Formats: sequence, structure tokens, C-alpha cells
Amino acid sequence: MKQPFESVVAQHSVTVLRVCRALLGVQDADDAWSETFLAALRAYPDLPETANVEAWLVTIARRKAIDVQRAARRDPLPVETLPEAPTSIGIPGTDDTDLWEYVDRLPGKQRQAITFHYLAGMSHAEIAAILGGTVDAARRAAADGLKTLRKHYPGAHPKGAVQ
Amino acid sequence: MSDVRNDDALTALSAPIDPETLARLHARLEIEAQAEGLVDVAYTTVDSPLGKLLLAATPKGLIRVAYAREDHDRVLENLAEKVSLRILRAPKRLDDAARELDEYFDRRRKVFDLALDLSLSRGFRLLVQKHLPEIGYGQTRSYREVAELVGNPNAVRAVGTACATNPLPVVVPCHRVLRADGSLGGYVGGLEAKTALLELEVAA
Repeated sequence: MKQPFESVVAQHSVTVLRVCRALLGVQDADDAWSETFLAALRAYPDLPETANVEAWLVTIARRKAIDVQRAARRDPLPVETLPEAPTSIGIPGTDDTDLWEYVDRLPGKQRQAITFHYLAGMSHAEIAAILGGTVDAARRAAADGLKTLRKHYPGAHPKGAVQ
Repeated sequence: MSDVRNDDALTALSAPIDPETLARLHARLEIEAQAEGLVDVAYTTVDSPLGKLLLAATPKGLIRVAYAREDHDRVLENLAEKVSLRILRAPKRLDDAARELDEYFDRRRKVFDLALDLSLSRGFRLLVQKHLPEIGYGQTRSYREVAELVGNPNAVRAVGTACATNPLPVVVPCHRVLRADGSLGGYVGGLEAKTALLELEVAA
């Protein structure tokens, strides 16, 4: 039997926000979260009873994140004061938005595998079900993505690396 | 230092999300979903002298008042099944109902002036529930008298069932229906609640 929609929000709200933050950064994640649950509320009565609700929501969130990202590229972000000099490592202390940028630059499958696994806490099997492909491929994509992230994220250095 | 930063990547990815953020997002969803006409059933819970009450409304009006002993989760599941899955905790739509109930429990209100959605009841039960508000504040009727009131004097048991299945207790005053000998009969909120409501109305 399907749950009242409020239960769906209560159960999956955190996961969806994590996915949106991973795909967009903290700033724009709220918009994608709202759009995701609005679209889900509209479509919920038609969702088959056997569907995996979390996977369904994550799929919607991915789509909405892309929409928000496209809109954001057209709208320059208003700021109170302009930074004095450009920085290549983001703004320190703003919820690690610089990290999200690096996650964002990963190849599609790696980015999604990382997001779903480390943020949404989904198993590699569940990720494979969403992305298509084998469980091994999903596991590999997450591992490769993490490796790339460690190599390129300015603050991240492999353990024991010589400075 | 580098080791710490290394783990920072994953720590940031799984940074905790505080309840305030979730509350703010939920409030925004309530407004936007309401604006798009997507909230088929809005609900909230309020405190009352009879414990927590669940209030639920469709765009037509108040559809459900439920005592805690009815199990609010089950009441919501039932609404999902019978009315719509598009149920959201959205207290705003229940503001009037909550205020009138407050006034009633404060003895400042004798008649409820709320739009009601009676679509959970059908047939004879609906007929009885429509007539119950004719029993005035502080008065009582027997099950038989109510059967006569709705023009079916033999349907005493069916009146009992109609009262027992009243989806809008307190607001639709099934607590004012007693056995012919003056004993309480049953009540969806429990006999203590029925006694409390009758005493509240007598004392006013």
C-alpha cells in the first residue's frame, strides 16, 4: 500500500537534499529540492506500488538539478560586494562549495556514482539500477571518481603524499 | 594537515543537514504545492484538553478530526486510500478549524462555522451525520430520537453505527447522542472524552 505523500517527504527529504547539494552546491540545492518534491507530488498517484520511491526521487532530482543549473548559468549570482581578486580555490568557509565544483567536473557516471553512494548512501546495486550497467561498473565508477577527486581537489592529497 | 584535508572531501560530502533547513524547505513546499493546487488533503495536529487531535481538510472543507487513540498514522493512511495520496502536513488550511476548536474548548463557542467535506460517509450514515448538528449545544438525544429525527424510527442500531463512524467528532456532535436510559453508549474518542465534552457543555 502506498504511503501518504507526507511520509515520502519525511523519509527521503535528507537524501534528496544531499543529492541536490552534490550536483549543484549548497546555494542552488534548495531550488532543486523544491522542484523535485513538487514534481513528485504531482506524479505520485501514478507511481506504481512496487516502485523504489527513493530511486524515483533521485531520478527526478537529477533532472531538476540540470534545469536549475541551466537557469543559473543564465542568471549571474548577485553578491553584496565583489571579491577583490579572483580565487581558483573557491571561497573558504562557504560550505565547501569548491568541493562541489570539483565533483561537478567529474565525468557523468563517476559524479553520479559518487553522489548516490556517498551522499544518498545507496548501494552499488541500487546505483546500477538507476544508471544502467552492472553492479561492478557502478562500483568502479565510484572508485574512479573518488580517485580523480583526490587527485584534483586542491585540499585533498593522498595519505602519505610528499608535499 | 594533508591527511585531514583528504578526509575533508568526504566529510563535506556527507555534512549533516540540520532540522531548521528541513523545516524551511518543508514550509516552502507547503506554499508552492498549495499555490499549484496539489494539496488534496492538508493536515495538522493540535493540542486539546482531550489530547492531540488530527485535523485534515480538502479544498472543500474539514474532512477529518481524529483522536490520538484512533492512531493518527493509520488515519492518514486511510485518507490516502479513500481520498488522495496527495497529503501534506500544511497547517495553514486548518487555521480556522484549529481556532474554532480552541474557542469551543474554552467555552467561547457553541456552534462551529466551518465548511465541511462529508465525502467519507455515504448513505444512511451521511444522512445521520448531516442531522447531528441539529442537536444543540448542551442538549442530548437518544439513539432512538435521532432515528426518528432522520425519519427512520426503526434504525436505532444504524444510528449507533453512524455515530461510531463519524469522521468529524466534536465538530459534528455525535457526543450528544446517548442511550435511552441516559447511559453513555459508545464514543470514538473513548467514554472519558464523551463525558468530558458533555460536562464542558453543561457547565458553560
